[in-house]
Amino acid sequence: MPTDSALPIYINGLTKKYGELFALDAVDLNIRSGEFLTLLGPSGSGKTTLLMAIAGFNRPDAGSIQFGDTEMILTPPHKRDVGMVFQSYALFPHMTVAQNIAFPLKLRKVTEAERHQRVEEALETVQLGGLGHRHIDQLSGGQRQRVALARAFVFKPRILLMDEPLSALDKKLRERMQIELKQLHRQLGVTTVYVTHDQREALTMSDRIAVISDGKLAQVDTPQTIYNHPANGFVADFIGESTILPLNNDSSGQLSFNGQHVQSQPADATHRDWSLVIRPERLYLSEMSDAPGRHNATDTPLALDGIVKENVFQGETAFVLVTIDGGHEVSVRFGTGSMSQAGHLQPGDVVTVYLNRSDAIVIPTGDH
Amino acid sequence: MAWWNKPASDTQITHGSRIWLYVIAAIIMLLLVIPTLIVIPMSFSDSQYLEFPPETWSMRWYEEYFGSKKWMRATVTSLQVGTLTMLVATPLGTMAAYALFVSGHKAARALFVILITPMIVPVILIAIGAFYAYGKLGLNNSITGLVLAHTALATPLVMIVITAAFRSYDLNQELVARSLGATRLKAFFVITLPQIKFSVITAALLSFLTSFDEVIVSIFVSGGTKATLTKHMFSALRDYIDPTIAAISTIMVLISTLLLLATQWFSSRQK
Repeated sequence: MPTDSALPIYINGLTKKYGELFALDAVDLNIRSGEFLTLLGPSGSGKTTLLMAIAGFNRPDAGSIQFGDTEMILTPPHKRDVGMVFQSYALFPHMTVAQNIAFPLKLRKVTEAERHQRVEEALETVQLGGLGHRHIDQLSGGQRQRVALARAFVFKPRILLMDEPLSALDKKLRERMQIELKQLHRQLGVTTVYVTHDQREALTMSDRIAVISDGKLAQVDTPQTIYNHPANGFVADFIGESTILPLNNDSSGQLSFNGQHVQSQPADATHRDWSLVIRPERLYLSEMSDAPGRHNATDTPLALDGIVKENVFQGETAFVLVTIDGGHEVSVRFGTGSMSQAGHLQPGDVVTVYLNRSDAIVIPTGDH
Repeated sequence: MAWWNKPASDTQITHGSRIWLYVIAAIIMLLLVIPTLIVIPMSFSDSQYLEFPPETWSMRWYEEYFGSKKWMRATVTSLQVGTLTMLVATPLGTMAAYALFVSGHKAARALFVILITPMIVPVILIAIGAFYAYGKLGLNNSITGLVLAHTALATPLVMIVITAAFRSYDLNQELVARSLGATRLKAFFVITLPQIKFSVITAALLSFLTSFDEVIVSIFVSGGTKATLTKHMFSALRDYIDPTIAAISTIMVLISTLLLLATQWFSSRQK
């Protein structure tokens, strides 16, 4: 479908103040043509304000929003040609499914025959073929979500905006819809901006994630980079589980933890203080049967001695909480297959926690 | 099982043990309604004077009413003023309620209270104020003056009805409509209005009734050829008591009841 009509979005210095509070603080963001970009942040971070600014529902105090070469900052919402899906679906209850989806086509004076055909196509695309005559209150939550989607893309908008569209669905349906949305995006090829506070959803669906906090972008990158190389403490803490430990920096710029060398500080560093970010699933214990295999000849792992505090079974995975020397607490996550011996650990057991140096994430301390 | 042994609610309290409640409720309802209904038999009396119960029956006071130029003129005035008030107050109140609902501004609450003051202030104050203001403006004894004053009384009612309708309305629907290509105005008329239409009709009927039943302001600012039905009834009661009043009252009770039933029906349609 309309890959050719997808448009990039260039956002420059976008600022929006509510009273003394910056909802958006000079945000610069380039969204590539046809990309699935997620705005991820806690509530009140400014992600919805940014989405609403792109849609034209709030007037920023300063800055620019371009769709391709066209400046949109003063264009009213109805002339921006963006499809939009809301958390509440906002379907029109006084119209049938087909009338809902035909609404944007009617406004664009599409002939009745073509309207009918495109509504049917859109219904097929969201797997609701034949349900056009239904009333909105006869649909399940998941079906409503699909109607809202179909209505947002049926007029082939150049940009699709979604504001937490899945958060009202139960977990199983939500996870299925995430995959479907991703496939739909690939099929439509339309530039998509997606807002969520759910980091797993963002990791699952996005080409790139823009992590937003207090009206500023904390990091914009692919899910892998965001997870493996968080730019700062906020991103490291917000995405995934993590333990953040202070590192010791000696005079020659060597970073160490509990006396064990981790890595050299980055050459271009202006900071002195660094922290170690540990992901629970990257740690392992000697009790894990595959542990020796994970030792790499050229990369002796960091070894942290500690005492088991708690052993928590969660179904597909489990984790042990270990208090390591120095009083810090780390959690070690592992699969619950029969190979794993870690399931037998009791509180009070003495263990050694290993971390391969290549899995060590080092971030500047502060701005957390 | 007899009906009085059946539970009246989930708590298993039977209708029988609640009989006292039903009796009290019935008495209160009768006390509320009887004064209104008492005029109905009185209107069919053959007597020169208002009497209850009538000794002889006739339709003469209805003939008197429909045959009287003066009464008919007053009725037409009342219907005119009621209709115009409805046509002015309904859009005004709806727009005000919509604006306050959409804005979400801190001042919106305060503004709402200010706009419904005509409902709270004693009507006599509004009447006196209107009378003096209209004296300067030359609006006493005019349809325009009556419509303006009645609109002030009816608009708060419209606002309250429409505000209640918005309470269950998801305004995101309008945002979606606008993102899909509708202007703000179009979004309101095509998406929002159809969903609150029964409340709007209810509000319109109520604003007509507000004007049609209104006495106090009418006594002050209407007169001569532009006197309303209620004003005439009041003067008639003061100057010469005759059962025409009872006949007119019966007709008014009938109209009001029908309109109120209609509003009930329309608001039940509005889920």
